[in-house]
Order: sequence, then structure tokens, then C-alpha cells
Amino acid sequence: MSTETTAPDPAGGTTATATAASTGTTGTTPAAPARPSRWTITAADAARIATFAALICVLSLAGQIQFTEGMAPITLQTLGVMLAGTLLGAYRGALAVATFLLLALAGLPILAGGSGGPAPFVGPTAGYLYGWLFGAALTGWLVDRVRGRLTVLHVFGAALAGGVGVVYAFGIPVTAVVTGLPLGKVVALSAVYLPGDVVKAVIAAVITVAVVKAYPAASPAARRSR
Amino acid sequence: MTLLGAYVPRDSVVHRAPAGAKLVALLAVSVAVLAVPGPWAVTSLAALLLAVTLAARLRPRHLWQQVRPLRFAVPVLFALQWWSLGPERAALLCARLVLLVALAGTLTLTTRTSDVLDALTAATRPLRVVGVRPDRVALVLALTVRSIPVLVALSDDVRAAQRARGRERDVRAYAVPLVVGTLRRADALGEALRARGVDD
Repeated sequence: MSTETTAPDPAGGTTATATAASTGTTGTTPAAPARPSRWTITAADAARIATFAALICVLSLAGQIQFTEGMAPITLQTLGVMLAGTLLGAYRGALAVATFLLLALAGLPILAGGSGGPAPFVGPTAGYLYGWLFGAALTGWLVDRVRGRLTVLHVFGAALAGGVGVVYAFGIPVTAVVTGLPLGKVVALSAVYLPGDVVKAVIAAVITVAVVKAYPAASPAARRSR
Repeated sequence: MTLLGAYVPRDSVVHRAPAGAKLVALLAVSVAVLAVPGPWAVTSLAALLLAVTLAARLRPRHLWQQVRPLRFAVPVLFALQWWSLGPERAALLCARLVLLVALAGTLTLTTRTSDVLDALTAATRPLRVVGVRPDRVALVLALTVRSIPVLVALSDDVRAAQRARGRERDVRAYAVPLVVGTLRRADALGEALRARGVDD
């Protein structure tokens, strides 16, 4: 691990407020392992977050389907964002998307059309990138609310609300600000992408249900008991 | 895919400037340019871009490579803006967009990916008070970069299996094994990390 772990910790490091950070600072006392807070990123969480961030990268490299030459090319990365929410839950799903976005910001060519670096974050479709973060969170939150058997319809509703609704709610106003176009025109322009995104929500739902069946450790119920 | 990004190695003031400072400067310029419309902002932006390009000794083709993703969007936007806002506003808004994206591109061209990642990790250090662990952030970023080639190989395997079964065009037959394989690898990696004491 990085050298930062050995840096002298400020005196405040062991106070009650540092619940999540305390695991690293009290290594000498073999006290009973404190119940980690629900926000703590364990090794297992870190592994899932990192691997899913990589999955979003691979999905955006694998499926570059450009239906309409122009604005945002339709890629499978939106699918990856929805899957991060449905399979990792709100918090870890959003962190996986955040990791993906940080790597894109750092310059890895993993965004639509093989672009990367800060340029897409100031361009006309920047809002969609920010929207993914909250979209994955809402998708995961909704899926986590499902009690009993997870059905395609449940997941489709969650993916539609988070992966399409929230993402558009961020994307459209930002496009309007960056391009200076009136909001109404941008809404009309974005409607072109709606059918593709709805189809992706359906695909995300079908895949999620199939994956949970094949790998029950990824189900919302298993997440709750972790 | 190259993980090196589009970095153009040169020895210049722009290249030597810390990655974090460049990111903050870009953020400030973007907000300023988007908040203050008008020819003044666009002219200053053009001047800034020219200065950075000359100082970093970048070539026009480097900048073109950065704005290339916009090549189809800008004509469409220009037409729409002309239609609803008039030719002058349209030219100004499109110029602002292209210049801003080009300026953001100069950061990619003059900064190594690893330096930006280090700067972003360092930026999480003040968040320690709310329980964020910068070492965990660094770990996740490093694990992600390492996982990309692993998952690309997995994706290729799944594709080959799909072809063998004659189901190339079936998204399900691609995504389900890929995602299950991803989860298996993730949880095996988590076990391995725990075995090495990452949670202690």
C-alpha cells in the first residue's frame, strides 16, 4: 500500500469522530474488531468497486455503437453504470462510477469515442457524466428497497429512474448551459437518445436478474447482510 | 488501448506545473467562461489557449486530436444556435465550446495520467476528517487500472465462447458471463486483499 498509511496521524485521529479511519490507527491493541460503519470501505468493497469501475471501462471499449454521428455516441457504458448500481448498491455503485470518472479525468481514453482527460468534463455532454454518479446511486438505492424475489420489472424501474431519469436531469441542463441553447431545444435533441437508453435499462434489468440467479452473493439481500 | 493517454513529453513550464494546480486552474477558467458570456471571455480564452500551446510547444495536430470528438456535434450545434439565437451568438458560443475543450485538452497533453491520479488522491487527504482514507482511494484506483486488462481478456474469452455457440449478436450471452466473471474476480481479489491484512 501507499506510504501515506505510515504518516504520523494527527492527535485527532483516534477521537470518536474518526470511526472509519480508526481501523488503521489502533493496530497495536488487539481489541475486538469494532463493527465497521456502513460507510467503511472494506477490502472486499474496494475489490468490488475497483473491478466494477474496470467493467465500465471494458463495456465502453467493447460496444461503441454510434447510431447518430454527433452528440453522445451510444455505448454500453451507460449499461455499466446501471449495473454498478443494481449489483453493488447505492453507495458502492456510486463509488465505482466515481472511480471510473476519476480515471477518465486523469486521461485514460475510456469515455465515448475513446476520449479522456478533462475535455469531456467541460464539453456539451459533461452533465451526463456527473449524472451517472447520482443515477447509479438512485438505481442502487431503489434495488436495495426490493424485498423478496428480484424481478426484471423491479430492476427495470430502478434503472429507468436512476440510469435514465437522473442522468437526463443532470445532462440536459448542463448541455443547455454549455451550448447556450434554450432548454426546450436541448430536450427535443436529447429525445433522440431516449429509446436507446430505455432499451439499455431493459438489458440492465434482464442481466441483473440473470446474474443474481447465477451469483447470489450479488443480490440485494446478500448486500444487506454483509 | 494505451493506458498512457495522449501525453506529449516536452520540457516546459506547463509540463512542470503541478497536476493539481493545473486542474484547479482549469476548473476556475471553465466556471468563469461559462458564467461570463460575451466576446471578452471568448477572446481571453483564445489568448490563454494560445499562450499555453506556445509555452508547452504543442502542435496544432495535438490540439486537433483533443477537439476531434466534437467534430460532428459542433456543426449541428452551430446550426441550431444560428436558428434560435442568430449567427453572432452561434459563432461565439461554438468558439467558446471548442476553445474550452481544447484548453482542457492541453492538460491531458502536458500531464501524465499517473500525476493526475496522484494529485486526485492527494486532494482526498483533507477528507480524512469525514472518514475518507486516502490510502484506500489510491488502492482502489490502482486496482482498477490493473483490472482493466484482466477484464479485457475475460471479455475476449466470452466473445470467443459466444462465437463458438453462434450467438454473436446476443447481448445477454455476452454480458451475463462477463458480469458473473467480474464478480467472481472481484470477490477473489477481496479475499486476497483481506488475507494480506488490508482490513487489519
